[in-house]
Amino acid sequence: MSPRAVQALQPASTEPASIRNFCIIAHIDHGKSTLADRMLQITGVVSDRDMRAQYLDRMDIERERGITIKSQAVRMPWALDGKTYALNMIDTPGHVDFTYEVSRSLAACEGAILLVDAAQGIEAQTLANLYLALDNDLKIIPVLNKIDLPAADPDKYAEELAGLIGGKAEDVLRVSGKTGMGVEELLDLVVQTIPAPVGDIDAPPRAMIFDSVYDAYRGVVTYVRMIDGKLTPREKIMMMSTKSTHEVLEIGVSSPEPTPSKGLAVGEVGYLITGVKDVRLSKVGDTVTTSLRPATVALKGYSEPKPMVFSGLYPIDGSDYPNLREALDKLKLSDAALVYEPETSVALGFGFRCGFLGLLHLEIITERLEREFNLDLIATAPSVIYEVMTDDKKTVTVTNPSEFPGGKISTVSEPMVKASILAPKDYVGTIMELCQGRRGTLNGMEYVGTDRVELHYNMPLGEIVFDFFDHLKSRTQGYASLDYEPIGEQVADLVKVDILLQGEAVDAFSAIVHKDKAYAYGVLMTERLKKLIPRQQFEVPIQAAIGARIIARESISAIRKDVLAKCYGGDITRKRKLLEKQKEGKKRMKMVGRVEVPQEAFIAALSGETETKKEK
Amino acid sequence: MGSALPLGDPAPLDGLLPGTAAERSHGHPFGVYLHVPFCRVRCGYCDFNTYTSSELRGVKQVDYAGQAELEVGLAKRVLATSGVEDRPVSTVFFGGGTPTLLPSSQLIGMLRATADAWGLADDAEVTTEANPDSVDAQYLAELAAAGFTRVSFGMQSAVPHVLATLDRTHDPERVPEVVRWARDAGLQVSLDLIYGTPGETIGDWERSLDAALAMAPDHLSAYALIVEQGTKLARQIRSGVYPQPDDDLEADMYELADARLASSGYEWYEVSNWSRSGAAVQPGADAMTGPVTPASEFRSRHNLAYWQGHDWWGIGPGAHSHIGGTRWWNVKHPAAYADRILAGHSPAAGRETPDPDSQEIERILLLARIRSGLTTASLAPDARREVASLIADGLVNAKAALAGSIELTLRGRLLADAVVRRLT
Repeated sequence: MSPRAVQALQPASTEPASIRNFCIIAHIDHGKSTLADRMLQITGVVSDRDMRAQYLDRMDIERERGITIKSQAVRMPWALDGKTYALNMIDTPGHVDFTYEVSRSLAACEGAILLVDAAQGIEAQTLANLYLALDNDLKIIPVLNKIDLPAADPDKYAEELAGLIGGKAEDVLRVSGKTGMGVEELLDLVVQTIPAPVGDIDAPPRAMIFDSVYDAYRGVVTYVRMIDGKLTPREKIMMMSTKSTHEVLEIGVSSPEPTPSKGLAVGEVGYLITGVKDVRLSKVGDTVTTSLRPATVALKGYSEPKPMVFSGLYPIDGSDYPNLREALDKLKLSDAALVYEPETSVALGFGFRCGFLGLLHLEIITERLEREFNLDLIATAPSVIYEVMTDDKKTVTVTNPSEFPGGKISTVSEPMVKASILAPKDYVGTIMELCQGRRGTLNGMEYVGTDRVELHYNMPLGEIVFDFFDHLKSRTQGYASLDYEPIGEQVADLVKVDILLQGEAVDAFSAIVHKDKAYAYGVLMTERLKKLIPRQQFEVPIQAAIGARIIARESISAIRKDVLAKCYGGDITRKRKLLEKQKEGKKRMKMVGRVEVPQEAFIAALSGETETKKEK
Repeated sequence: MGSALPLGDPAPLDGLLPGTAAERSHGHPFGVYLHVPFCRVRCGYCDFNTYTSSELRGVKQVDYAGQAELEVGLAKRVLATSGVEDRPVSTVFFGGGTPTLLPSSQLIGMLRATADAWGLADDAEVTTEANPDSVDAQYLAELAAAGFTRVSFGMQSAVPHVLATLDRTHDPERVPEVVRWARDAGLQVSLDLIYGTPGETIGDWERSLDAALAMAPDHLSAYALIVEQGTKLARQIRSGVYPQPDDDLEADMYELADARLASSGYEWYEVSNWSRSGAAVQPGADAMTGPVTPASEFRSRHNLAYWQGHDWWGIGPGAHSHIGGTRWWNVKHPAAYADRILAGHSPAAGRETPDPDSQEIERILLLARIRSGLTTASLAPDARREVASLIADGLVNAKAALAGSIELTLRGRLLADAVVRRLT
C-alpha cells in the first residue's frame, strides 16, 4: 500500500475532484517504462517482490525494443495534504505510426508529463506528440529523466524545454526513473497542477474507448475513459459507431492487475469485458453508451484506422501459406488497423497484400508473425496508395505496382506527408541533401534549444517508406529523429518500372517511382540481380523497362563449367548425395521462364543485402 | 578418393554382404583396388586418405603390405560366404597416397596375394600410380616382370611455379626420364595433369600439355584442380594467399586440352580422360611401322569399371568397394585399419545399398561421363524427352543420340553435372 494514501478510493464512487488523469509523453529509450515502474512501486500498487522491469509492457517485442505498442491505464492511490486521490496513468504508444491511438489516449487525459532524457533532449516524435497534447488543452508537466547519468546535461535541456512550452528552466522537474529520485515530487505535482475531470454524472453515459486489446483467455478488453454518467456490470452497452450491443460481463480498473469494480463513473478510467472476440467490434475512438438510456451525441474525434503503407508478405516455405493465413486471422483480432487480402506472385508464390499504419507497424506485424507463429517471411518493398487516372478518365487505386494500369495514363497522384526532422545542427546540410533527393520541399526550419534544428519538409510518403529512415539514421550517426503526418495528395510524374529476366517481368520487383529516378532504380535492381542470380546454361539478360522501353540492362553470362573433374570409386556415394541435394535445392528454385532463381536471391534483392556492406 | 567418409548404414564385423549382392554381381567383371596410404610429404591441394610418417600414430609403413594381404584373404572368404561367384581378377589398381613409396617387393607381394586368391584374367590390367621421384629404372623393371602392365605418373605440370604451388617436389626434367624407363620395361604409360592451379596461366597450361604430348604417353588424365575443404590450399585461398579458381579460365583450359589432345591423336573416353588412338609405341619399335593397336586398348579398364557399375573390392584404409549394388568404405586411419584387420574383423566403417531410384541416379551420373556410355533406350520416358532439349542446347551430340547413345559435346562435357541433373 502507498506510504501516503492509507486507503485507496473505491472505483464507481470516486468524486471527480479526487481524480487525476494523465499520460507520459516520451521518446523511445527516454525512460518512460522505468519511470512508470517507479510510480507503481512508490504508490504501492506493485510490491517490491512482484516488481519486474517494464512492468506494463506486455508483449515480448515491447519489452525487447523498449517501445510501447499498445497503451493501457493504471490506477494508483496517492495522498497529498491529508487528502487521497486516484491517479490514472494512461500509457501512450510512442510512435508516429500510431498517431491516432496517441490522440485518443491524450483525449482521455487532462494532463501530460513531458518526459525527456537529460542526456539527449527532445526528439521529433515527442515534439509531435507534445503538439497533439497542447492541441487537446492538456496541462504539461516538463520533466527531465535520467539525471543520474554522467552524460546528463539537465541545465541545457531544461532551457530547451522551457523555451518550447514557456515557463522557467528552474521549474522543470528533474527525476531519475532508475533510482526513484524526484518521483514523489512528480506525483505531488500531478495532483497539484493537473485539473480534475469534469462531466455530468446524471447525463446518459458516454465513455471513450482509448484502447482495445485482445486477450486469448478473456476476449477483447476495452479500455475506456468515462466522460458522462456511469457504467455498471451486467448492463447492456452500445457502441455508437456500429450500434452493436453487448452485455458488460466485467468492469474494473487496472492497478495494475485487472480488478473488478462495481462500475465506473464520471472522470474514471478502467476496462470493460463483454466476451467479444474481435477488436473490430470495439474500436479505438468509439463512444460507449447504454442501450437502455443511449446518449444522442457521440464524442468527437473518432475515425476508422487507415492503412498508409502496403507490402506483400510471403512465406519462404510455400507450404506455410495456410499457417500465415491463420496467423493473420489471429493477429487481426488484436489489431484493428491490420488489413490484408490474398495475393499471388510469380517470384514468391502465394502470400498476402497487407496494409499497415506505417513502417513500424509493418515491422512489428512481421516480427510478431515470425516470432509468435514461427513463420519465415519475406516482405516485398513497401508501397503507398496511388490514384491513377487513365486517358479514358477511369481512376484506379493502386496499392501494388502490379495493379498499375498498362494503357495511357493521364495523371498519377501520390500521398504527401509533412515531415519533421529533428537533428543536431551539424547535420542540416546532409539532411537537406537527402530530403531534396527524395523530392522534399523545405517548409522552414527552426532551432530547438541552441544546437538542434527542426526541419519541416513536404514529402511524398512513397519516398519515406523506401528506406528513408535508414538513410537518415546512417547520415546523422543515429542522431536525427523523424515524424510525419499525412497532408493530402499531389499529382506527380510517376511511372512503373518493371524488371525483366529473359524478357519476363518479375512482379516482386516492379516499383512505382518518379520518372527522374526510374533509371537509378533500374540500374540498382539489374545490378543487384546480376550479383544474386547464379549463372545459367544460357545467357540471361536482365532489363529494367518502363512499358516497352528498356531503360537499363545487364546480362548474366552463361555458365561454362559445371562438372566434377574426378569421379572414381571413392567419390560415387558422395557425388550421388551431392546430386540428390542439388535436385532437392532445385525444387526450391523459382522458375522465371527458363531461368532458375533461388528464393534467397529474390529475398536478398528485396532486402538490398547486396549493398549493405558498402553502405555501413 | 575424397577424404571424408560418407554417412551410411553400419557395416557388420564379419563383412557379410546382403543377399542382393550375389545376384546383382552376376555377369560383372571383378577388379581389385589396393590403397597405399603413405606419402613422403602432403601436397597442399590433396585431401586423399594418406599420411606422412609423422601422422601415423605408431603404425609402421613396413607392416602395411602384410595387413593388406590379410584383407585380401578376408575378401576371398566374405565373397565366398556371401555366395558371390568366384571370378578371376580383370583389373588391379594400386593407388594412394604413393604406392611406390613401398619397396617393389611389397607391391609385388600384394599383387601375388590377389592373384593367389582369385587368379588373374589372361589379359588382366595391372596399374600402379607412381610419383616421378619415387621410382627408378630397376624398380619399374621389377614391377613389369612381376605382371604389372601399366604405370600412371603424377606429372601434374611441367611449370616449376605451378608445381611449387601444388607442393609437388619432383623435378619436371625427371618425368621424360621415368617415362622412358617405364616404356623400356614394357609398361603402358599414363600421365596425370592438373589445370587451374592458382597462378597458372593459359600459357603455362599449354606448356604442360606440350611437355606431356612430347612424351607420347598412351593415356592422359587432365583434372581441373578441386579445392577440397580442409586442405592447406583451401585455407590459403580463404586467407587470400591465392585467388579463387576461375571457372571460365578452367573452361578455356579444358577446351585447349581437348583441342590439343585431339589433334595429337588422343580420343576422350571420359570427361577427364583421353587415350591414344592409332599406333602404340612399343619399345624398340618404330612408331610409324609398329603394330597398330586400337585406342580402346589404352583406356583404363579399371577406371571404366567404376563408371560402368562393375564390381571391385577396395583394400586398405579408407578404400571404397562395390559388389552387386552394395557400396562400403573402410575405416580411414591406418591404425584403426590395422586394429580391425589384426583382430580378424572387416575394416568396413559403413555401407549402403542404394534404393532403385538412387541406383538409377548413380547409373546416369557415372555413364553420362563416358563417351557413348549411356543408351537412350535405357532412360525413363521423361529423360528421353529431355535428351531432345539437351541436343537443342548443344550439350549432347545429335548424331550419336539418333544412333541411340548419349555422347556429350565439348560444351556438354564442361557442363556434365548440369546434364546429369536434367536427366535424373
